[in-house]
Amino acid sequence: MATPKPRVKVPAKATKGEVITIKTLISHDMESGQRKDKDGKPIPRKIINRFTCTFNGQPVFACDMAPAISANPYLEFTAKVMESGTFTFTWVDDDGSVYTADNTIAVQ
Amino acid sequence: MRLRTIVPMAVGILAVGLAGAGLRADPVEDKLVIDGEVELVTRAKAPEGHPFDEVVSGWHYRTDETRALQQDSFANPAMLYVERGAEIWKTVQGAAGKSCASCHGDAAESMKGVGAHYPKWNAAAGKPVNLELQVDACRKNNMQAEPYKFDHADQKALVTYIKHQSLGAPVAVDLTQGAMQSWWDKGKDLYYTRTGQLNLSCASCHEQNNGKYIRADHLSQGNVNGFPTYRLKDADVVSLHGRLRGCVRDTRATTPKAFSDDLIALEVYVTWRGTGLAVETPAVRH
Repeated sequence: MATPKPRVKVPAKATKGEVITIKTLISHDMESGQRKDKDGKPIPRKIINRFTCTFNGQPVFACDMAPAISANPYLEFTAKVMESGTFTFTWVDDDGSVYTADNTIAVQ
Repeated sequence: MRLRTIVPMAVGILAVGLAGAGLRADPVEDKLVIDGEVELVTRAKAPEGHPFDEVVSGWHYRTDETRALQQDSFANPAMLYVERGAEIWKTVQGAAGKSCASCHGDAAESMKGVGAHYPKWNAAAGKPVNLELQVDACRKNNMQAEPYKFDHADQKALVTYIKHQSLGAPVAVDLTQGAMQSWWDKGKDLYYTRTGQLNLSCASCHEQNNGKYIRADHLSQGNVNGFPTYRLKDADVVSLHGRLRGCVRDTRATTPKAFSDDLIALEVYVTWRGTGLAVETPAVRH
């Protein structure tokens, strides 16, 4: 599979105090470590093990992920926005890679 | 004296509860709108000679959650394949140094509506070709690249991408070209032929019993307007020939080869049965 590519959907605008829905998706194999290859050798685990979302540096949502989560994990959550700013999303891979995405929102 | 025990052999009689009064549910009344913008035709008047009055997309037979997944192109997992297909479209492969885009340019224009008319008569091949075979022919003749191995991830991605350009276009197979009619006839024969240890034909489930439940599965009319389609049980995109082979295997018959004459004929006929439905590629099913 190609390099994991994060995708995020955040509304471009919102009114102050509005609860917005944030959708995130990253393309990733989420290899569980339980499978074996053609020669019977175990395929090493390689999953996204942590996801975080911050808004202007403040934590919004975070979670640990486990091997049973399917490929291309999709997460959807809500946040109440009080001011304009930037959402920063990070996905942490087992191999130490960190994939990030930023999305700005204008709050009126 | 040795005690001899006679072990009664349990003879398993396979009773397939299809003919009986199974649990029935009508397809869900709902409208398929992608991203709140594009409304797709999921019910259409059946073409002449069709056993039903109305053809209905398999989308109506799925749960609320599965239907919702298809309506949101961000949540639809198969859109990852569409993205990947878009990259392959532009990637140069083969000795001729060409990509799909070298000849066909922007797929959004050149491939718009194209996928809705496949399988299509091909005079050079002397038989109908589907999108996969057309791509392979292009690769061989124009790109001088190797044809794809059946169900290679790149083949599924590219075909999904090409067919996705026809999203919303009504399925219309042209049976007047070449010998299409005879392939349709052959496909129809196969559709009604019972095969396998379970002695089932396509029609056993998708015509005579559509709307009923086969275990937990709500039997649809078996229309193929959403292929290649994302199946939740596979967590993957499934090609039409992959699905047809799966169905035949489930009847416990010898599985025909992908792109064999039998499966191409079946594809011609089954695609025709969904005439008028919008192309939904990539659909989401369970």
